[in-house]
Amino acid sequence: MTDPLMIFDLLLALAIVALAVASLSVRDLFSMIVLFIIFGLLSALAWVRLSAPDVALAEAAIGTGVTGALLLKTLHHLRYVSGTLGQQTALGVTPVAPVPMGIILANAGFCGLITLGLLVAFLGAPATGPGFDALVAEAMPQSGVEHPVTGVLLNFRAYDTLMEVVVLLAAVIAVWQIERGLSDAPAPVMGEVWQGFARLALPAIVVVGTYLLWVGAEAPGGAFQGGAVLAAVGLLLLLTRAYIPQPAHRGVARGAFVLGTAAFALVAILVAGGGRVAFEYPLEHAKTLILLIEGVVTLSIAVTLAALFHGREPVALSEGGRHDT
Amino acid sequence: MVELAAAVLIATGTLFFIAGTVGLLRFPDIFCRLHALTKADGLGLALIALGAALLAGTPGAVFRIVLIWFFVATASATCGHLVARYARQSGAGGGAP
Repeated sequence: MTDPLMIFDLLLALAIVALAVASLSVRDLFSMIVLFIIFGLLSALAWVRLSAPDVALAEAAIGTGVTGALLLKTLHHLRYVSGTLGQQTALGVTPVAPVPMGIILANAGFCGLITLGLLVAFLGAPATGPGFDALVAEAMPQSGVEHPVTGVLLNFRAYDTLMEVVVLLAAVIAVWQIERGLSDAPAPVMGEVWQGFARLALPAIVVVGTYLLWVGAEAPGGAFQGGAVLAAVGLLLLLTRAYIPQPAHRGVARGAFVLGTAAFALVAILVAGGGRVAFEYPLEHAKTLILLIEGVVTLSIAVTLAALFHGREPVALSEGGRHDT
Repeated sequence: MVELAAAVLIATGTLFFIAGTVGLLRFPDIFCRLHALTKADGLGLALIALGAALLAGTPGAVFRIVLIWFFVATASATCGHLVARYARQSGAGGGAP
């Protein structure tokens, strides 16, 4: 007897692979992005089916929501610099800038190596067995939180999570470096209905993002998911032009980018001593410290993602006129 | 009894989603497609949310489902409006008003 959910899972897996192939093979950039967003949503569903709601939330919020917005914003910018803004013609892959064959081959090579490595890791891993569930469950009382995923991410393997925050910081530093010379594409006028929706959604997003952060201690959620949802506040503010980045705000923005990494690293180092190593929080303060780190990191992630969406350092020279290439 | 009602509601909601999708695939221009999608999916979503709320165990879960319904409904209505607005301004509608 076939399990109906088995059929659903098979269809879902097929759809995900088909969407991945379609988004790689379609020639129109807009269709490509839309297909990628649907691919991300179905991947999130797949994570739910794999009983990994934390990953599903992250995939839906960061992998699909924020990344989709970033890609669409990039497409808007590409259309602006290539002079095809407002034209109905689909913007294909080829005319933007031909990618040298060497780069394509190198990328294909590296992707192939990663796939190969994953395959080896997958084949090398024990097919059945308890995994780390028992170990984590055993150590949970020492973590300071009730949700195993948060315990692993913020306590047992906090170093990895710190590195993830550093990656985001590096990304925003790189974006602020390379986009200096380009001017903004004009923001599309979205109309009153959109403005009304944004006004309605903004406070709700703030509540949902904070809730995701808070609930991370005992249920799926946490800094990355909450931060991505809060980044949507930044996106809405930028899109409705309720907030226009000013060069004078750069100091605050830089502070917010670094805040998460700095506070995380500082706490990790300060708890060391008296027989403890770095990242080994004292048990009685573990929950407070984890919540402190998560709160600060959430703020940093939200500001960083919103800044990535804005895409460039707000420099004074762009105010006067065009400086696009 | 409650399970049956929920199943009927969710099944009906799914039918509306299928109808909306058929409309999206079959209708000639962007405005007709939006008409099919936004209305049918809006009703389908409401029915599925109602069915899910019947199955939800706690008042908190029901509240979350109501919130999700409200924001997905307003977001999809706004998206429909934005697509129609863009299509009308850029003339992508293909002969519609």
